[in-house]
Amino acid sequence: MSGPGTAGTGRFAAHVRGARESGALVVQPRMGFAGAGRMREGLRAVRDVAAPTAGTVTVDSYTRVGEYARALEALRSGTELNGFPLVAHGVDGTRGVLDGLASADFPVQVRHGAARAERLVATACAAGADATEGGPVSYCLPYGRVPLRESVRAWSRCCELVAARAEPMHLETFGGAMLGQLCPPSMLVALSVLEALFFREHGVRSLSLSYAQQTHPGQDLEALGALRRLAGERLGGMDGADGAVDWHVVLYTFMGVFPRSAAGAFRLLEESARLAVRGGADRLVVKTPAEAHRIPTVEENVGALEFASAVAADERARARTRPVPVPGRYGVYEEAVLLVDRVLERAPTVGAALERSFAAGLLDVPYCLHPDNANRARAVVDPWGVLRWADPGRVPLPRRAGSGPEPEARGPVGSRRLLDMLGFNARRFDAEDVLGRRLADGAAA
Amino acid sequence: MPKYRSRSGKFVVSGVSSDAHTWNLVFLQLMLEERGHEVVNLGACPTDAEVLGACLRERPDVLVVSTVNGHGHMDGARLVRALRAHPGLAELRAVIGGKLGVDGGTGRHVDALVEAGYDAVFASEDGLEEFADFLRELRPRRRAPAEPVA
Ligand code: B12
Repeated sequence: MSGPGTAGTGRFAAHVRGARESGALVVQPRMGFAGAGRMREGLRAVRDVAAPTAGTVTVDSYTRVGEYARALEALRSGTELNGFPLVAHGVDGTRGVLDGLASADFPVQVRHGAARAERLVATACAAGADATEGGPVSYCLPYGRVPLRESVRAWSRCCELVAARAEPMHLETFGGAMLGQLCPPSMLVALSVLEALFFREHGVRSLSLSYAQQTHPGQDLEALGALRRLAGERLGGMDGADGAVDWHVVLYTFMGVFPRSAAGAFRLLEESARLAVRGGADRLVVKTPAEAHRIPTVEENVGALEFASAVAADERARARTRPVPVPGRYGVYEEAVLLVDRVLERAPTVGAALERSFAAGLLDVPYCLHPDNANRARAVVDPWGVLRWADPGRVPLPRRAGSGPEPEARGPVGSRRLLDMLGFNARRFDAEDVLGRRLADGAAA
Repeated sequence: MPKYRSRSGKFVVSGVSSDAHTWNLVFLQLMLEERGHEVVNLGACPTDAEVLGACLRERPDVLVVSTVNGHGHMDGARLVRALRAHPGLAELRAVIGGKLGVDGGTGRHVDALVEAGYDAVFASEDGLEEFADFLRELRPRRRAPAEPVA
């Protein structure tokens, strides 16, 4: 059933909207296995979690880079892959995995990470996936060496494939995660919004904007507020009324170096679930205690989903009203809005504007080795966990930007300091594990 | 300052064809540069041919392959076989490290990768320490005694 203004946005969007209206957070795993049987079992287990969930089919690396023959070979020889080789399984194989499991209450998304994604997206579309993920920048720069220009072209076509499907399909931007760590929140927010505008430009009617938890809860809360505000200003109301697109915000549990202990991993996951509720995200993509070590099992994914959903309900019970973003001390909105405007004024289309902005270093993802990234800008985690620009390179920042260079942000970053910064959350949350054990040991002694 | 300096060398640092992870590559580059070595970083997802081409062009002392996405035991083995099959590269010192499979088991793929042609495989939790030992013992093998690179 479609409500007013919601006609034609599809069952992924409707499911998220339904959960929002009933005050619940949709939780979703990152999950993919090579074999169809195991993939299906995984989806079934996620569907049967006693909370609103969305299903995920995470695609393997061979398929992401277009090495379909290698994926097929691994599949035939029974070698485990780091995801589901969707093209090797083909439309029929993939449809067989989704059949009878994907539904209005359990829509399924294909998550991949491919720049040249036409074949993958076409297969997912034809197999009946409810949603997919991507973006010309976010599925290019972190995922290899395909030229940005080519990715922009490929993603225009992917958007058109999504937009053209008879059964409406949802598209999520991965712009809020760039490399998982050490990318300032304002850049993440700006890229999410820019990719959402790119999707709309190419006819997509139902989309989500992402943001990945970073290293400071206050800064992250502000970033979610900034993302919702900027999306509202540029995309219109969330319900897709009056011809506007339908959209929502999705939060990712931290995408960088994860705590090694189970206690630490669950604490970080807990913080992300509370952040999702407080920051007004409607969906959370979780991580598991296996993250630092290996691909998670189905059981680990189910455990993480149940845990995150329970924490979200608890957080919701604490804060009865839907939060409004507070004007921030970290300047995320001010930085992001300036970036978006400077990029858009570069060219008549969003795609061309993105290409030119990266070429000019106006958009620059710190530490990203992709040949089309300037890689001049640098960011650091300060002693309090705030993610700051240490050197913005040619990235424009408003005067007196909240996350601009500070004395403690300067100084060279060598291999030791790099590992320290990448490991900030791992240390912070693993320390709780160590502390807990000490207390327990003390009690036992 | 490193505690002591081994003779400086030239390194090609690279991912493998299907692996997009780069923080490992950025880290290894910094670490090697801090020890006085010259590094050519090929970045993520190079094809085997690109890696071979870079090795022929750069003539490094060591090729350092780093991969964490879980396909390393396959991509890494295929890459080193191609390397060993090339007359100009058969003797090049090549090592691999990272998370080599999808199951978290560290030792499982080591023998197969050595068998395939690597001089050393660093897959355990202590991989970095073992690598540091390896660097200490490193002497240029096929290249003329190294002139410090300008
Ligand atoms: C950041 C990250 C990403 C980012 C990467 C962005 C980028 N361009 O780098 C994004 C989000 C894009 C990403 C994508 C994917 N990722 Co990822 N990612 C991570 C994460 C969270 C951190 C990795 C990191 O940056 N570490 C920091 C660096 C400095 O450390 P490191 O890589 O571990 O390397 C250290 C050692 O391994 C060692 N080392 C590494 N190489 C070498 C080489 C030598 C010679 C030596 C001596 C030592 C050595 O030294 C380093 C310093 O200590 C890890 C999980 C974790 N660790 O918490 C997963 C992880 C590596 N990813 C994983 C996977 C599978 C993927 C995907 C395939 C998606 C998926 N199916 O889940 C895609 C990759 C697509 C592709 N084509 O490859 C898996 C790998 C599973 C496995 N091996 O069993 C992990 C472990 C997560 C998980 N548990 O599932 N990822």
